[in-house]
Amino acid sequence: MTEQSLERDRTAFAGAAGANPAEVGASTDAALVHETGLEVEVRSQWTYARRRFMRHRLAVVSLVILIIIFTAGFTAPWIAPYSFEGYDINNLEVGPTLSGGHVFGTDLLGRDYFSRVLFGIRTSIHVAFIVTILAVAIGTAIGMVAGYYSRWADNLLMRFTDLILTLPALAVLLTAAAFLGHGSQYRVAVIVSLLLWTLLARIVRGQFLSLREKEYIDAAKAAGSGDLRIMFRHMLPNCMGPIVVFATLTLGGAILLESYLSYLGFGVQPPTPALGKLIADGQDVSSHDWWLVTFPGLTIVLIVLCINFVGDGLRDALDPTQRVRA
Amino acid sequence: MTGCATRSTRLSEFVPEPVLSIRDLTVEFKTEDGVVHAVENVSYDIAAGETLGIVGESGSGKSVSMLAVLGLIPQPPGRIVRGEALYKGRDLLRMPKGELRRIRGGEVAMVFQDPMTSLNPVLKVGEQLSEAIQAHNDGVSDKESRKRGVALLALVGVPKAEQRYDQYPHEFSGGMRQRAMIAMAIANSPSLLIADEPTTALDVTIQAQIIEVMKAAQRETHAATILITHDLGLVAELADHVVVMYAGRVVERGDVFTIFSNPRHPYTVGLMESLPGLAVEQVTLQPIPGQPPSLISLPPGCAFHPRCALSNGRARCRTETPDLREAGAAEHVAACHFSEELEGYKSKLVGAA
Amino acid sequence: MLTYILRRLLYSLVVLIAASFLVFTMVSAAGDPMSELRLNPLISEETLQRQAEEKHLNDPIPVRYVYWVKEAVTDKFGTPLFVNEPIWDDLKRVIPHTLALVLAAELISLLIGVSIGIYSAIKQYSVFDYAATTFSFLGFAMPVFWLALMLQIAVTNLFLAWHVRIFYTSGLSSPDPGTGLHWLLDRAQHLAIPVLVLCVLNMAVYSRFMRASLLEVVNTDYVRTARAKGLTEQRVTMRHAVRNALIPVVTLAALNFGALIGGAIITEQIFQLDGMGNYFIQNLFSQDVYPIMAWLMITAIAIIIFNLIADILYGVLDPRVRYD
Repeated sequence: MTEQSLERDRTAFAGAAGANPAEVGASTDAALVHETGLEVEVRSQWTYARRRFMRHRLAVVSLVILIIIFTAGFTAPWIAPYSFEGYDINNLEVGPTLSGGHVFGTDLLGRDYFSRVLFGIRTSIHVAFIVTILAVAIGTAIGMVAGYYSRWADNLLMRFTDLILTLPALAVLLTAAAFLGHGSQYRVAVIVSLLLWTLLARIVRGQFLSLREKEYIDAAKAAGSGDLRIMFRHMLPNCMGPIVVFATLTLGGAILLESYLSYLGFGVQPPTPALGKLIADGQDVSSHDWWLVTFPGLTIVLIVLCINFVGDGLRDALDPTQRVRA
Repeated sequence: MTGCATRSTRLSEFVPEPVLSIRDLTVEFKTEDGVVHAVENVSYDIAAGETLGIVGESGSGKSVSMLAVLGLIPQPPGRIVRGEALYKGRDLLRMPKGELRRIRGGEVAMVFQDPMTSLNPVLKVGEQLSEAIQAHNDGVSDKESRKRGVALLALVGVPKAEQRYDQYPHEFSGGMRQRAMIAMAIANSPSLLIADEPTTALDVTIQAQIIEVMKAAQRETHAATILITHDLGLVAELADHVVVMYAGRVVERGDVFTIFSNPRHPYTVGLMESLPGLAVEQVTLQPIPGQPPSLISLPPGCAFHPRCALSNGRARCRTETPDLREAGAAEHVAACHFSEELEGYKSKLVGAA
Repeated sequence: MLTYILRRLLYSLVVLIAASFLVFTMVSAAGDPMSELRLNPLISEETLQRQAEEKHLNDPIPVRYVYWVKEAVTDKFGTPLFVNEPIWDDLKRVIPHTLALVLAAELISLLIGVSIGIYSAIKQYSVFDYAATTFSFLGFAMPVFWLALMLQIAVTNLFLAWHVRIFYTSGLSSPDPGTGLHWLLDRAQHLAIPVLVLCVLNMAVYSRFMRASLLEVVNTDYVRTARAKGLTEQRVTMRHAVRNALIPVVTLAALNFGALIGGAIITEQIFQLDGMGNYFIQNLFSQDVYPIMAWLMITAIAIIIFNLIADILYGVLDPRVRYD
């Protein structure tokens, strides 16, 4: 049959409908947009993610709390009511009071505990952010290589990761700290990140393994793109969701690990304040001076709790296909 | 419902009580984005021994209506707003759970779409088969159910059934798994067999084999069959009656010959048109323009009107939801204000041009 | 199946050897093992020389490694630098203490955690679920030492206020624990709070993991098929859903257990329990290299064994894996 008969069919149909043939196609499209009232809006992925995140009240509240705490810690030198070292011999071992100006009480040397906790927060977030950046960078790099390249590179890297994980984490940490030296925040950060990168490496590797099979990678290769370009421009942006989520969890883990190290005396050296150290210093008299242990600990718990809630909210926001909600 | 009333008043002496009779079934789901109206006022019958084909795109509500009838919709977030589903006179939607469970898998059985994921990967195929048998037949020994299971596997065409019985699902190919699923469904000689897209996930060559298996199953059990699919070819081959669904509603209903030769709803016409015709040479395919509507915010009036060439922007289509009305032949109903205008239309599938 | 096990076994051995080398190099390269000793004015230069000869400390690292392995295998890790008691005697003493603590904690947290996880998943979004989720998140956020200290404070203050001693907060046993049942009860009283501390984090992990696993399984097609077959809800849940959901949880438990042997360091320190963790810390503070290395090897072996068990278990439970 010829094109004319095709037109004839179409006309027949349209004729049966009693409409002007020429208008049939056009009116349908216009009607589609107009009648349903759904204008096609181009929304970016991030807008969707942000809206989904905002729906999680718990995550949003946690984020606000975190911002407050982090700002307080960061600006500690300027906003702390007392200096970190300010002795007050008249007020030794005072319990928390609202009126006396010592909201968290004072310690054995009469120093205001609230200020000390604030400075401890400062150290914690300082170390934690460095750790997160390092761990994410190293982990992502290793994960990318393992996931993209040939079998043996992947195998080698994964066996190496397994090896690291063979030894109990804390023990490795402590051994490294004891023998490699600790003291400065940066050394501590490096040591902690040496343990935490494995998580991100696993995640990124998994993502890259599955992305490697996708057709658009073949297309990019066919177009002549180099490996690095493919990895960074095509694959990495598609992993940003899980990376962000696990980076958040790494941040929480870093805060915890830093507190472990400083509690055992293998963290930052005094006089740099640390929450774990505060707890360690206060534990001997804790049966009566309970606030010395309680407040720094509560601070750690609150920070990590909020970080985890935010991470959970991010996971829901960035991965809508996941049906399991917290 | 006009169509059904007509049928029963004309043929009440001839037509036996339908095996399954669904009336005004309405199901909705509560989601974060709003209420999804998955099924809206759906009604149809199926008589003993016949095959009913339910046709529609994804999201038309064809699967949901069946799942709801069998009580397989979690309730929240789902909700059966109203309706009744009379199986041999008893309303499945208002039955106590225990009773419904006894019917499910026994007298009414279902075969699902994706055989790769529909079988439990850590249990042997035979175990899952005998589970189905023993759940509905008290006192059947393990040995006896094994015998029956092997026989069923052989019936559906699984080679070396005795050995296959003790294998795990991952040792079966896709086609064999679907055969096993069908075996599970007919294990208890159901009166009603529901097949939800049984061939969609399979290769084309395997599809033909599975169709043969289904025919064999029908011959064996004399069951009424509901075939849910978007594949018109399948419907043409197997179905006696057809129900066309769109956006959760029934838009056309009738026997298969009438529907295929004289469709009276623009959507059905569109479906026919978008198939390549074997008798007619075509240069381009004619898809239905646009997208199916969101089931959360359906367009006012007729749900199809934004994509409808017949409507052409007429006001009535935009404001009034059409009911199912008689459309020419007996038992043929269509939900369109202007279905009469399609009277002259002869689908190319039946050779007319 | 057999080839699968053999392959994993071989792999474990390789990992063990590699780990031993890693441990040795890491610890030895970190510094002079005798640096602490040198600071002690009471020890003469000759004694130091003799020790160095004995331990081959002046040889290059690979050579020292060989000697160390020899000593470890033939002489059960030999003696530390500073003390003359064989390392193995100490280890023999402390390992059972830690095992008691860790076994109790693992079993309790597994049973309770998995049950909580199952119930949370079945009644998703219920009050129970939200409460369980909140407790889990709290468990994740608490540093172990802080929890331990807080409980210590609580129990101590309880005693001071009401003079009722239900649980002890330090040591493994009282000075005069008696025998048989009395001894057992006394030990239990001492271990109760440390076990509780270890349980909190473990329960959080297991309940979340089980919940997530079960929720994933409950939405699968095969569970829907099981329902469509007309099986009772209980059978669907237990035989199809939970059974499948348990597989990853069980392997996680096996892995976790391996790690626990070396993981109670802080808890043991705070509650003054004479176990592996305490042993490690003491030698870390004194920077005695040989006990540390022995300790790291023992824990590495435990972890490797349990990784192997976890792999095999996974193969047993999930038939799809056997034909790997």
